[in-house]
Amino acid sequence: MSLAGDISAGAPRIHLSQDMRQLIYRLLAAGLLCLALSLASEAFLTANNILNVLRQASLLFFLASGLTLVILTGGLDLSVGANIGLSACLAATVIKATGSPVLGTLTGLAAGCMVGICNGLMVAKLRIPSFIATYGMLWVLHGVTYYYMGGETIHGFPPGFRQIGSGYFLGIPIPVYLMVGFLVAGTLFAQRTVWGQQIYAIGANPLAARLTGIPVDRRLILVYAFSGAMAGVASIVFLARLNSAEGDIGEAMTLPAIAAVLIGGASLFGGVGTVFGTFVGALILTLVLNGMNLLAVNASWQPLVTGVIVIFAVWLDMHGRKKA
Amino acid sequence: MSDAALSRAPVRLPAVPGVAVALAGLALLFAVATPGFLSAGNLSNIMVQSVILLLLALPMTLIIMTEGLDLSMGAVLTLASLVLALTVVSTGSLMLGLAGAVGVGLAFGLINGWLVAGLSIPPFVATLGTMGAAQGLALIVSDGQSVVGIPRFVRQAYSGDVLGIPNPVLIGAGFYALFHVLLYHTRFGTYICALGGNRDALTLAGVKWKRLLVSVYMLGGAMAGIAALLMTARMNSGHPTAAIGMEFDAIAAVALGGTSFEKGNGWIFGTLMGVLTVGVLRNGLNLMAVPSSVQVACIGALVIFALFLDGMRSHKS
Repeated sequence: MSLAGDISAGAPRIHLSQDMRQLIYRLLAAGLLCLALSLASEAFLTANNILNVLRQASLLFFLASGLTLVILTGGLDLSVGANIGLSACLAATVIKATGSPVLGTLTGLAAGCMVGICNGLMVAKLRIPSFIATYGMLWVLHGVTYYYMGGETIHGFPPGFRQIGSGYFLGIPIPVYLMVGFLVAGTLFAQRTVWGQQIYAIGANPLAARLTGIPVDRRLILVYAFSGAMAGVASIVFLARLNSAEGDIGEAMTLPAIAAVLIGGASLFGGVGTVFGTFVGALILTLVLNGMNLLAVNASWQPLVTGVIVIFAVWLDMHGRKKA
Repeated sequence: MSDAALSRAPVRLPAVPGVAVALAGLALLFAVATPGFLSAGNLSNIMVQSVILLLLALPMTLIIMTEGLDLSMGAVLTLASLVLALTVVSTGSLMLGLAGAVGVGLAFGLINGWLVAGLSIPPFVATLGTMGAAQGLALIVSDGQSVVGIPRFVRQAYSGDVLGIPNPVLIGAGFYALFHVLLYHTRFGTYICALGGNRDALTLAGVKWKRLLVSVYMLGGAMAGIAALLMTARMNSGHPTAAIGMEFDAIAAVALGGTSFEKGNGWIFGTLMGVLTVGVLRNGLNLMAVPSSVQVACIGALVIFALFLDGMRSHKS
């Protein structure tokens, strides 16, 4: 894995091995978690449950991978969960109206992307702090979606469309293939393209990035658009899996997505993190939540645990910085 | 950034109080659009309904002045309300219930403050995490059910009045005066201005600003506990999702009121007007039978607009 290697082009070599070490720690943590869970519950190490974990992790990963790019620039996108709600409801309407899953999927992706572009414009052009701008957007989306749906549910989609969320290919759920695809594409984009490296540069030092001639505003808009589009992707898979659309469909997913990115080693201060790290983060978080499920812990505990994990992950990051 | 902070007095009134224009404009709009808006009953209704929001927005102003944010306030209010309701139902003592609610608020304030000041975690993430924790706890203590069977005397806190002035208005006015004095006439208030504007100066002056910062968040938690009393009394029950998202209205009111997110400039009277603006907006849209979801969207748009103006103003100066 040379993923972590290119993070900070031009930075001292020590950083390189440190990032690698961080990643290994996280993989170890995931491994230990698996070991503990397989000892604690017989149901854990069954093929069914493993595939289930992967499928759940894939939903989280879609959302978290777009968010990773935002966090790499030192921003935050709190609107992703609400974005899922709006995109899913719009996509569902189009599928119902036209009977075409392709048109519906495109609508969902476009809606997510448009919301992301609005976020990007607010952050880059109006210079509103990202967490406030996207927090405002969260409530705008929430309101619009609830008004649009009027408390209704749209359900019952063509079987072909539902395959995206609940189908299997060679015994492995289709969302897992999508996850691997986005993992590879995201990693290549972030590590191997000029734009990707510019995103790291913006997060590491926005002023220096501007002075070296990187079109910071345009890259920021791009990053938020990506995040929105990935929320669109998540909404489609979610829709296909649930076979129904409601206004509050993705509301509970914002905090876990942020948690996945932070567990994956990205820093809220920008410039540090990888898409692969986020993948590992999504896996770890899903393992924790899955384990709680298997051990019959009340689902009410999930937000509490996720909240504590978020804080703990940020604290780890800060702690690591102080030492370095 | 630090140069700019040094050259500017910590508290500065906005050149044009945009919030006053917004408040007057909205009031005028609703007065024309809906016949019932200007009735005495409705106006006092707006005041009464705005008090819970004011109790959150006042400490939120101080928190935002320290370049902080408390996203957990709505969830903590919900949890405190449930604790109050459960305690009152099981013991019959309002004082115990209120103590429990304020205790919950203080505990969460302490945790928030410790995360922000002690561990230097960015406030919006720290309080996002505690928001999840408080929401989870609210579901756990209530088992996802409403708490009903609250004694009638609790309702008095919200529906009673003294000399014709409704209790909530008295409570709101009292706390407004308290925060005004606290911010503008005490050393604590001066330090809060410095916390946002010039933290280095506090360190150099030998002020233990971390403790100060923790106490600001604890103040926010305690106020959420007090607001929980009014909310429980108003709804006559405790509900595990009652005040979820209410911190957004509070942040909106503070942002509308011209308190800046970046420089430690705060304006308590602006917050009061911001609260009334949100109150008038919600009330007027209610009278026009606009669904609550659209109201939320309107407030969101209003906040983004206010922040845009805030950015414009700071770019000019």
